Amino acid sequence: MSLLDHLPILPVAIPALAAPLALLAMRRRRGLGVAISLVSCLALLGCALVLMGRVSGGTITAYALGEWPAPFGIVLVADRLAALMLVLTAVLSLIALTHAVVTGADRKGWHFHPLFQFQLMGLNGAFLTGDLFNLFVFFEVLLIASYGLMLHGQGPARLKAGVQYVVVNLVGSAIFLIALGMLYALTGTLNMADMGLAVAEVPAADQGLLRIAGLLLVSVFALKAAVAPLHLWLPRTYAVSTPAVAALFAIMTKVGVYAIIRVVPQVFGADAGAAAWVPAPYLLPAALVSAVIGFAGVFVARSLSEQASYAVIGSTGTLLIAVAGWSAQSLGAGLYYLVHSTLAAAALFLVADVVARRRGAYSDNASPGPAFAVRGGIGLMFMAAAIAATGLPPLSGFIGKLLILKSVAALPDWSWSWGVILGTTLIGVIGFARVGSAVFWKATEGEAPPAPANRLDFIAPAAALALLAALSAGAGWASVYAEATAAQVLDPAQSARVVLKDRAP
Amino acid sequence: MTYEFLVASAIGVLVAGGIYLALRARTFQVVLGLTLISYAVNLFLFASGRLVVGRPPIWDAVKGGAVSAYTDPLPQALVLTAIVITFGMTAFVVILSLRSFLETGSDHVDGDTVPCDAQDGLAHGLAEGEGP
Repeated sequence: MSLLDHLPILPVAIPALAAPLALLAMRRRRGLGVAISLVSCLALLGCALVLMGRVSGGTITAYALGEWPAPFGIVLVADRLAALMLVLTAVLSLIALTHAVVTGADRKGWHFHPLFQFQLMGLNGAFLTGDLFNLFVFFEVLLIASYGLMLHGQGPARLKAGVQYVVVNLVGSAIFLIALGMLYALTGTLNMADMGLAVAEVPAADQGLLRIAGLLLVSVFALKAAVAPLHLWLPRTYAVSTPAVAALFAIMTKVGVYAIIRVVPQVFGADAGAAAWVPAPYLLPAALVSAVIGFAGVFVARSLSEQASYAVIGSTGTLLIAVAGWSAQSLGAGLYYLVHSTLAAAALFLVADVVARRRGAYSDNASPGPAFAVRGGIGLMFMAAAIAATGLPPLSGFIGKLLILKSVAALPDWSWSWGVILGTTLIGVIGFARVGSAVFWKATEGEAPPAPANRLDFIAPAAALALLAALSAGAGWASVYAEATAAQVLDPAQSARVVLKDRAP
Repeated sequence: MTYEFLVASAIGVLVAGGIYLALRARTFQVVLGLTLISYAVNLFLFASGRLVVGRPPIWDAVKGGAVSAYTDPLPQALVLTAIVITFGMTAFVVILSLRSFLETGSDHVDGDTVPCDAQDGLAHGLAEGEGP
């Protein structure tokens, strides 16, 4: 086995090693700890890009941990979807970490960098694993790290929101375990590929239980993805988090979406007998409602970060409208929009922080305050981020929404999808315009607080916006990759052959 | 009264109590409720390998070899993982709610400040039915 064959484990192993090293280094030499964290993020980006290069041709790599063959051991499965999510996580983590270091947000608490690395470990593991119980474990790793990161900086508002966030997620974990227990009792396996084969052989008397297990599992993923009506925890949590952390959290809801995309075709796909596509009828209505609620929230938000939180809900809804079609075309469009909406949400949170740092007591409230330094430049950045989040040209949101509209036109319920996507776009545009004009155009009498000494905090949001521009410039390549990914996800027999080798049909 | 019925009703009672407590307004009850739910989940996971009495896990030391009638060891390993995670999380949520109580002066989950007497039902106004 050459070193390259061990590539799939590196995205989990690197942050797992970097976190304790950073923890030890931070005690005496802060700079060293920060350097470890940065180097780890860069290494993750390198690994993810190499992995993407290896799997982009359509090969699927299964990595058996400890050489235990599937389905008895745990396998990591690197395919196009996993590689895509790994690259997205690595890019987003670099942006968030840069912002945290540049603005000094990482100095407001003790263990920012170790927690950040553990968070990345959980995220990468969840994207790579091919085992359902292992998925639960990585969900817990990323959640436990996110509790720490969310409370980073402390203060009553964060603690209040933190208690709710933790309680909601604990209930979610309990339901996840119940679903896993039922699935294991029915199929006798926890390996996703193996379970996909086993569900077809579940006796007719147990089909009801199987359907319940599938719906419970998908509702847990929907809770993590903040799909209506399970979205209530998100706005408060994200709006009070440290902005750099909230930017990283932009990918946390996408973990839920990822899990739905991964598990439903593989376990409850077309071959699953009576449980085939069991969550499908509920997904589209839930997605439509979350898109409406999200953009309605954007319309009425009282602060920039609250607005960004609702934009996350709205974009998840839009994304799931595409996913709920379960065709290669619509899922491909959804994956393109997934990458875009993650970066757009991060840009919104970061711009909100840049504004808040210059407005003193007015913070990022959506009300006019005294004119502050570099208002024009920040206003332009906000406009670009808002354009991206609502889906206007020329940034990639427009292309993403266009792809979604085009792909769902072939589906039976297309009129609902079109109406909601176009309507929410209009509401979103008005909402962002209202807040933008209040913050950047109007001014009240009074003295603005002294501006920060440098403009280094422009780096991270500008990088996110540049990536969005690159995503729209390279839309041809990206959408081809996304569609190939979707085709691979919707053909679970491919990965079953790789994971189970001779056991697969 | 079979063994299965006992375990199933135990899980049911634990979940019912857990849900009732988790829906209460104050953090202490919510934490207790979450603990009860996690106990129920652990029992449920354990039962997912079927309830078998007096069987070896795959390998029988007395007979010295593999057996056909065995108890499934995997759910027991899963339960162990789940116990460790929920134990850690319970400790965390207790500390978090204590911290939240000390900083915000309220142990209500939704963060509203309610005088201690009123929330215990001891305030005179509430006792006489004049409260809100």
